[in-house]
Amino acid sequence: MLRSGVIARKVGMTRIFQEDGRQVPVTVLQLDTLQVVAQRTLERDGYAAVQLGAGTAKAKRTTQAMRGHFAAAKVAPKRKIAEFRVAPENLIEVGEEITANHYFEGQFVDVCGTSIGKGFAGGMKRHNFRGLEATHGVSIAHRSHGSTGQCQDPGRVFKGKKMAGHMGAARVTTQNLQVVKTDADRDLIMVKGAVPGHKGGWVTIKDAVKKPTPENVIYPAALKSAAKEAERLAQEAAEQAAAEEAAEAERLAAEQAAQQEAALKEAEAEIESDKSEGGGDAGSEGGEEK
Amino acid sequence: MDLIAELEAEQIAELGKTIPDFKAGDTVRVGYKVTEGTRTRVQNYEGVCISRKNGDGIAGSFTVRKISFGEGVERVFPLYSTNIEQITVIRRGKVRRAKLYYLRSRRGKSARIAEQTNYRPKTNGKTPAQGSAT
Repeated sequence: MLRSGVIARKVGMTRIFQEDGRQVPVTVLQLDTLQVVAQRTLERDGYAAVQLGAGTAKAKRTTQAMRGHFAAAKVAPKRKIAEFRVAPENLIEVGEEITANHYFEGQFVDVCGTSIGKGFAGGMKRHNFRGLEATHGVSIAHRSHGSTGQCQDPGRVFKGKKMAGHMGAARVTTQNLQVVKTDADRDLIMVKGAVPGHKGGWVTIKDAVKKPTPENVIYPAALKSAAKEAERLAQEAAEQAAAEEAAEAERLAAEQAAQQEAALKEAEAEIESDKSEGGGDAGSEGGEEK
Repeated sequence: MDLIAELEAEQIAELGKTIPDFKAGDTVRVGYKVTEGTRTRVQNYEGVCISRKNGDGIAGSFTVRKISFGEGVERVFPLYSTNIEQITVIRRGKVRRAKLYYLRSRRGKSARIAEQTNYRPKTNGKTPAQGSAT
């Protein structure tokens, strides 16, 4: 069942030491006020998808058209917008916010971003050509490519021939990265290994397409509203439990007080009786002394 | 503090390791956890620290060189590895380089390092970066 992915910002890389002594290189990805901006439905658009927006943009620098779009969704202007195909039952309400708990530790994800641009790169760097020899008469062409074709017969270079040219700054997907850790408080997702793009660059994260869908993923998404609701319920339950406990304690205290009172009364009565009994004794004793 | 530094500081605090103040030229003993089958024990590795890399952060590492059965052996340890039981400084060396790679081509008498006699531990809580002039 296809569910939504998320838009994240690449924060940077670090490492995590694990209990068994292994150290895992991780890329830290951060979700930044990730909200649903629009829905695409089968009836209206012919396909089901959610349009997510992330980050915050200045309203002044947002185009009038986009301002209208955001206003319709009642969300603040977003820096980055992306659409995710979902199954029709996994559509998310507009305005809902997705949290980092969308993924769980150990899950595999595909991360897609724009790779770092390398400019105009030669064949050695761009296609791993081996270049020409260092000696044997090669002059000032050590890093060039070799022949690009045959002879007069085709008389041309075939299309798609690997040559020098622009490299990087292209859409790249890294598949099957494992989620090492998630942090819902700061909305962080840490994945093992590298992710395309610069620090601060936008990437999209989706469930890995080449792995079976894990059973415990959250449908349609890990929403902030749901988390809040759960928290509220938990708090309510805690409050109720506390109230019950307090009532119980009060009841116990009242019972104890009643018991004590009864005991006190009993004791008083005993004393009274003792007094009445002991009065004669004391008198007789006093008489002896005299 | 940026987020990555924050995360790293958090992890260092969580690991709760006390790293002694040492630099290249010091003789150190590293207690390294070794797992044999199901049993784990601590193996000591003692030698001269010939390099510290990447500072005091979570990515820091150091190289220890020793002569074992007439053969030079070098091991690189991550500073905050969970496999390291403890690091003890045996002797403070007096050196004028941050990296003592020249020891690799030396043997015996010429590979000795003079002892630093006037070592004073860092008093303020923050240790300055390795190799900084004090």
